[in-house]
Amino acid sequence: MDAIILQTLNGLDKGSAYALIALGLTLIFGTLGVVNFAHGALFMIGAFCAVFLQRLLSLSTVTIDETQKDFLGNPLKVETPYVHNWFGPETGAAIIDWSVPLAILFAIPVMIAVGFIMERGLIKHFYKRPHADQILVTFGLAIVLQEVIKYFYGANPIPTPAPDALAGAVDLGTLVGFDPNVIIYPYWRLIYFFFAALIIGAVFAFLQFTTFGMVVRAGMADRETVGLLGIDIDKRFTIMFGIAAAVAGLAGVMYTPINPPNYHMGMDFLVLSFVVVVVGGMGSLPGAVAAGFLLGVLESYASTTWATTTIPGINQIIIYLVAIIVLLTRPRGLMGKKGVMEE
Amino acid sequence: MGILEVKNVNKRFGGLQALGDVNLSVEENSVHAIIGPNGAGKSTLLNCLIGKLIPDTGSVMFDGQSVLGRKPYEICQMGISRVFQTPEIFGELSVLENMMIPIFAKRDGAFRMHAIESSSNEKTIIEQAEHVLDSLNMADKRHMNSASMSRGDKRRLEIGMCLSQNPRLLLLDEPTAGMARADTNNTIDLLKQISDERDITIAIIEHDMHVVFSLAERITVLAQGTPLVEDTPDNIKGHPKVREAYLGESA
Amino acid sequence: MLGLNKKDFNLLLIVMALALLAPFLLNPFPSDSGLAQFNAGYPDLMQKFVIFGIFAIGFNILFGLTGYLSFGHAAFLGVGSYSCVWMFKLLGYNVLPGIMLSVVTSGIFAYLIGIVSLRRSGIYFSILTLAFAQMSFALAYSVLSNPKFNLTNGETGLQVYADDPQIFHSASAPDLPHLFGLSMRATEKLQIGAWEFQFNAGYYLCAIIMIAMFYLSIRIFRSPFGMMLRAIKSNNTRMNYTGLNARPYTLAAFVISGMYAGLAGGLLSAMDPLAGAERMQWTASGEVVLMTILGGAGTLIGPVLGSGLIKYFENIFSKINSTVLHNWFSFLPEGLEDLMVTLIYPFVGKGWHLTLGVMFMLIVIFLPGGLVEGGQRVKRLFKRRKSSDTDDEATQSTPAE
Repeated sequence: MDAIILQTLNGLDKGSAYALIALGLTLIFGTLGVVNFAHGALFMIGAFCAVFLQRLLSLSTVTIDETQKDFLGNPLKVETPYVHNWFGPETGAAIIDWSVPLAILFAIPVMIAVGFIMERGLIKHFYKRPHADQILVTFGLAIVLQEVIKYFYGANPIPTPAPDALAGAVDLGTLVGFDPNVIIYPYWRLIYFFFAALIIGAVFAFLQFTTFGMVVRAGMADRETVGLLGIDIDKRFTIMFGIAAAVAGLAGVMYTPINPPNYHMGMDFLVLSFVVVVVGGMGSLPGAVAAGFLLGVLESYASTTWATTTIPGINQIIIYLVAIIVLLTRPRGLMGKKGVMEE
Repeated sequence: MGILEVKNVNKRFGGLQALGDVNLSVEENSVHAIIGPNGAGKSTLLNCLIGKLIPDTGSVMFDGQSVLGRKPYEICQMGISRVFQTPEIFGELSVLENMMIPIFAKRDGAFRMHAIESSSNEKTIIEQAEHVLDSLNMADKRHMNSASMSRGDKRRLEIGMCLSQNPRLLLLDEPTAGMARADTNNTIDLLKQISDERDITIAIIEHDMHVVFSLAERITVLAQGTPLVEDTPDNIKGHPKVREAYLGESA
Repeated sequence: MLGLNKKDFNLLLIVMALALLAPFLLNPFPSDSGLAQFNAGYPDLMQKFVIFGIFAIGFNILFGLTGYLSFGHAAFLGVGSYSCVWMFKLLGYNVLPGIMLSVVTSGIFAYLIGIVSLRRSGIYFSILTLAFAQMSFALAYSVLSNPKFNLTNGETGLQVYADDPQIFHSASAPDLPHLFGLSMRATEKLQIGAWEFQFNAGYYLCAIIMIAMFYLSIRIFRSPFGMMLRAIKSNNTRMNYTGLNARPYTLAAFVISGMYAGLAGGLLSAMDPLAGAERMQWTASGEVVLMTILGGAGTLIGPVLGSGLIKYFENIFSKINSTVLHNWFSFLPEGLEDLMVTLIYPFVGKGWHLTLGVMFMLIVIFLPGGLVEGGQRVKRLFKRRKSSDTDDEATQSTPAE
């Protein structure tokens, strides 16, 4: 029982990432009718926003302290981050320590801007081109983006730790009556899950309760009719693209303490998020979210020692296997609507 | 007993009764028109006939066999051909190739792996295709890209493609919609010629009364998903119920 | 001739000449000149040209004709590679059984993946094939490589070890891949003046197979089957209402192109008996898509041109480092020299993939028909200048070249 709870919890953080990426993919697909192969790259750029901010905050002045010597006997070089000079050593250290949460504030405008530029500069010109062209051009863009990041940040994963205060783990088991030390769960993963739930809730609320969201939902259902009403739907769709980019980017920012970011993390997540979208049902937002969590948790179950000793490597392919079974039994996915992406 | 028998067909979309108890019998070798105001359920009925929709209740029999639940290509192989409102042709292929494909399909069935075809066999197919094109007066256009033709020519080609398979029933969905007067008249003449020369049943859904009254031998009037009357064109013309249905629409 | 019309036959002759004379054509610069680094007449590289040519020709049968964009073709390449090495391990180093098994296993594999993926079309199909390829990669990389059951040898890659059975291996046969005793590495060198030309047995085996595969693809393109595939791309509705079942046609095309990919994978192993999982990665699938669209999808010669160009640039670009760049721009004033080097450096050497991505985007945006379409545009431009009164060319249907 406790093992099941633990694995369920372990699956939630990956599931949250899948759900957030799949949500953005579905939003873009539903509104613009474009499958964005560069969406994983947005997740990756988000993660590197955190890396960038961490490095920016750690920029230092170098002073030579004659009173101390390093092990070679030379005067010691002391690096003092600018933030220490500006805010005093204690506040400065705290700012650097909290760089990942701070990166959220930094990433939102950056990601929205990236989204706008991508949509206005490139994807807009592909609405009337065949789907194959849309896939190809976003695929090319994904390669370019990840190679640019690789050029600046190298190929190795970059550790980006969570703030010290949030680095520990919580013994969830004791809270619900299990023995101590049975269900231990890192704070940050808990935070990631709640953060994801918050964003998902915000997106749904936005679509449900604002006029803007209502128009977008109507546009997703029937673009032509909404266009006939004289509503400038294109502009709203651009904004939706920006929102989807921000969602993917924030998912990336918050994921950095769980998994040190590298340049190809986007593509790794993208393929799985596509599978999530297909399993959830193309064009269905609740489907994307539900399937994201479901597959994340399933993957976590498959990673237990019991599962991997029974079938070696099952954790690597479980998602694909589930996807195949779902597609064979429910070709439209779990919550797919009729008439979306059918001949 | 007609070649096409529709019995007690009902179809609901959510709360909307699209078809209510439709009974229809199309006589073999006749031209049968189905008319009715917008939203009368003409397209729904047609879609039930060609396997795109499955009615909630009722049966659709073609020559004694049910068509319900069959795939479009199977229905086509039973001998039902369909002409669409917007001509559906292979736009990226030449006119001649457009005509060859149905002839291949007639010869080989739904699938045949003829990756390497002997040239003499292919020559026979080409000759047949050219023969059909000749009869449509389209021989000079055979190497044209079919997408670049006029709408009237596309319609002609589409009808020709259907006829090349010698279907027993030809279903037409507003074949002259969006056409210029000259093209419309040409299409009427073509269809007249077809029904005179061949043993073929034609079922036609149409808005344009000019087309209907120049072609049809029997007419079914559909209103709100139910057949109002079925009769010869002369009797339909002055029928009070029909007038009511149409005036009700325009008022 | 050979069941081809004159134009197609000429095209076949051109490809034949290019393939067979490649050791001369690709070595235009004397070996001691500074331009020798642009030569491509080395066995390794030439083998890649023709092997990836086969890969792209096969991909084009699916994508070019039916319009179904598969993002997972590298999986079949990988399956072919592994199959071939397994034949080396079990039977011995003769390449023939290995290549044959590659084609068969990749065909079976393509059939299984095709049945599931082809339930959907368009974007769905692309995503499904991508997912299958990533799953195959995961299978090869870790799942099928464990002490109990080691099919792929994981990260190290599958290779032949001394204790493998190799039941048909005789002492007289070379201890490397060979065709009935003729080693794939056997290379004749011909010295003419300052030029050195290399004729490699492995290359010629691949080249002959590539020519045969090119011929087969022309026959498929021109056959009724090819016409049906183009019809599917053009209008699936009409296809259905003409009494044709599109799915077996697309499945057949998918399997055929999967077998082409498997053949290419088998040949890769036959030239270098080592198969690794990285051949199955999505970047490899993306590369064959790029080769095909760069040359021109749906055209006969396009994939051959595209694969040649990409493999050539890959080789040249990755060799360039900052020293080479500094040499090139040494004639410029120093500040300008550094600027040029800084600007170009990210695109060469290890940055080759960046160039690839940029090229990908530029081709899709500006030249979706690829180089063949580009060539036709240029030709049309010249024609229009010559005689402005012939305009019927544009309305005529242009059969794929």
